[in-house]
Amino acid sequence: MNTPYDTRLPPHLAALKQEIEGYARDYGLDFYETIFEVIDAEDLNEIAAYGGFPTRYPHWSFGMQYEELKKSYDYGLSKIYEMVINNDPCYAYLMRSNHTVDQKLVMSHVYGHCDFFKNNAYFAHTSRKMMDEMANHGARIRSYVEKYGEDEVEAFLDRCMSIDDLIDIHSVAIKRRAPSSRFDFTPEREPPAGDGATRFKSKDYMDEYVNPREVLRAEVEQRKKEQEQLARSFPEQPEKDVLLFLIEHAPLKHWQRDILSIIRDEAYYFMPQGMTKIMNEGWASYWHSTIMTQKALTPSELIDYADHHSGTMAMSRTRLNPYKLGIELFRDIEFRWNTGRFGKEWEECDDLEKKRTWDKQLGLGRQKIFEVRRIHNDITFIDTFLTPEFCVEHKFFTYAFQEQAGQYYIESRDFEKIKQRLLFSLTNFGKPWIYVIDGNYRNRGELLLKHQHSGIDLKLDQANDTLANIQFIWGRPVHLSTIVDGKPTTLSFDGTDHSIKSGGETDDSRRSSTGKTR
Amino acid sequence: MGQKIERDHQRFRKIVRGKVKSNLSKYISRGEMIGKKGKDFISIPLPSIEIPQFKYGQKNSGGVGAGEGQPGQPLGPGQGQPGPGAGDQPGGHILEVELTMEEMASILGEELALPRIEPRGKKNIITTRDKYTGIRQTGPESLRHFKRTFKRALKRQISSGTYDPSDPVVIPIRADKQYRSWKEVKQPQSVAVIIYMMDVSGSMTDEQKEIVRIEAFWIDTWIKAHYQGVETVYIIHDAAAQEVDEHTFYHTRESGGTKISSAYTLCDKIISARYPPSEWNIYAFHFSDGDNWGDDIPHCLKILQEKILPAVNLFGYGQVESPYGSGEFYDYIHEMIGSRTNIVCSRIPDRDAILGSIKEFLGTGR
Repeated sequence: MNTPYDTRLPPHLAALKQEIEGYARDYGLDFYETIFEVIDAEDLNEIAAYGGFPTRYPHWSFGMQYEELKKSYDYGLSKIYEMVINNDPCYAYLMRSNHTVDQKLVMSHVYGHCDFFKNNAYFAHTSRKMMDEMANHGARIRSYVEKYGEDEVEAFLDRCMSIDDLIDIHSVAIKRRAPSSRFDFTPEREPPAGDGATRFKSKDYMDEYVNPREVLRAEVEQRKKEQEQLARSFPEQPEKDVLLFLIEHAPLKHWQRDILSIIRDEAYYFMPQGMTKIMNEGWASYWHSTIMTQKALTPSELIDYADHHSGTMAMSRTRLNPYKLGIELFRDIEFRWNTGRFGKEWEECDDLEKKRTWDKQLGLGRQKIFEVRRIHNDITFIDTFLTPEFCVEHKFFTYAFQEQAGQYYIESRDFEKIKQRLLFSLTNFGKPWIYVIDGNYRNRGELLLKHQHSGIDLKLDQANDTLANIQFIWGRPVHLSTIVDGKPTTLSFDGTDHSIKSGGETDDSRRSSTGKTR
Repeated sequence: MGQKIERDHQRFRKIVRGKVKSNLSKYISRGEMIGKKGKDFISIPLPSIEIPQFKYGQKNSGGVGAGEGQPGQPLGPGQGQPGPGAGDQPGGHILEVELTMEEMASILGEELALPRIEPRGKKNIITTRDKYTGIRQTGPESLRHFKRTFKRALKRQISSGTYDPSDPVVIPIRADKQYRSWKEVKQPQSVAVIIYMMDVSGSMTDEQKEIVRIEAFWIDTWIKAHYQGVETVYIIHDAAAQEVDEHTFYHTRESGGTKISSAYTLCDKIISARYPPSEWNIYAFHFSDGDNWGDDIPHCLKILQEKILPAVNLFGYGQVESPYGSGEFYDYIHEMIGSRTNIVCSRIPDRDAILGSIKEFLGTGR
């Protein structure tokens, strides 16, 4: 990697690194070689603004990020403690001005992350040479900037970044369709022999009664229609990976296609980090607290450590802190599997007193959490391990927006509700589900997208702006069918005007085909 | 190390400037910037700079929190604000960007195509500053140039053969010593004073004062960008005039009649007592609803012509529309302008007219 930063650690930190790395390995953590770089706050803010990659492509939005980070750092509102990059070797950054106890904490925390990156199943598909790939992306985009002009490339990047969340998070694990081949010229399907209608065997003179002509005709008609439908289906299945669809089918120039695929690649690279935020931070926090309190802390550092640890774990009333939720759940799992509080016997026990002192001395906790960190993501993690007791202990509640009052209020402390809300906020990163339904809508080459409505309407102004960006990429008018205030609605943008039409799409057969995907 | 982010950051600032520029009239007429003014900068809420994405709206939305409280209880006033922060959907907060007053002034200048103000050159105050420029052989020890002194000593020792590389001791003697020397630099410094006068008689409503306030803010911004030291004077008047501080200026409401001449007289007094026109660039702005006591008008015009106009760079009369006033004063002033170049009058019927009026006032380039 071509980094301008100095990767040689000063001696005291090098010694510290060796010590902490030793502890981490002793506990069974398994990670790639980790390279720590000591940098100043300015540089840390810069790298953080680039999402961890100092070699990233140029874009003003990173400058905006940087200004925010810098401002809140300058005003003392927030400070980035740690940053670690999923790569082989792992890169992690230490802030030069941090105190030794903080450096210890950060290192311990980082080894937790590195272990998670390497072992969690959802990271399996990510490139471990992302540092280099990002640099490649940067170089490519810079060359386009030189060739086609900053404004042009920037405008296109803006549009791509506007839809970089329209990817299919499960596609890395599920094969949705055979890869389409450009060189496949075999006809779609053999046309059925004869007129295709079902005839029953009959004597000649009875034929007209056994096989009524109009029924046969209707059937032939029906067949034909289905055939046409099939030929017209494009994409054949609703496509969640809108970016891929655009890359494959939108009329783009080669550099635009390349930029779009860069954006998509990076989206897929960052995706697992979004999918495992709670687990990842929880795991790293679990390990920093374990390593620090059991091994690395000296008595004089205790207060500082406790102060910083509790600062990281602080909960706000309306936002669950992923660090806190994660670490507590991991601890809860460890405790439950240590004491045997799981399985049929535990579930079916009604004796509260017995449950209170339940301890089967299984000692399976450590083993269990290692397993959990390997096979789960946030959704399955919460779904499997969130318990009513846990919610009560941590005083969780759900809140909802009340329109009349224009504010949020506490909705419930019911376990099922909490779990439902929590899972909803994690599903698809808490973003709406958008599919490509038809790339040849109305047989006019227009694009029809569908928002799979799940109870919450879209934010319309942003949806319109986003639609305009997709329209620019697609070239032809673009439609989004969604539901607004309980009514099916279609938002459209034809390149100059936005329109909004109640009643939704007219193409009914299409709607039924989307219904099947859920 | 030069930061790579610098370029992206510059690019972002450019976009911000562009946004502010294109929405300038909106920002100006709402007056929302003034409340956000810090010492050297203003923060401006920019809601539309984020990259749009498909997102959930607020209706039926919610999330999970932790803490005390009964179901049904609202989540505190701070968190209940629609939008920023609340909910576990990321983003959605309004970006506040900060612009320095100079940047703001240059945006204003670009947008309104304002000419730069030319300070009245010759009579400016001259300040002298010491600037260290040279080296000399004598001087106080405190100004000794350490590096040069030792270099010279080293040269001398090498040439005289007393320097021993294995024992590199360099000892300067009297003749080696070098001192910094300075020159006096004379710098013309243009200073300016802005005198605001406002009619606070019963016919001026709060809305009109707000217009004056916004207008004055932008005039301040522009003029301050051109002078190093700018002082402001506030005068309120009904039938009588008095000098007040800024807060009083915007928050006083008197009843009773209007005698504009009282303000002009006071203005003239202040100029001749404190701001001799030979040394100061003087800007005077008068805001009124144009209602004046009939007999007073000739008197006003007389003071204006004989006393104030010869002294000032620019005199601006802004007439805000009032439901009560007759607005006739505008016509008198307008008539008087004739071939004079340092007087401008402008009507400001509502907030939307502020931008145009600022352009009229400042478009003179004086």
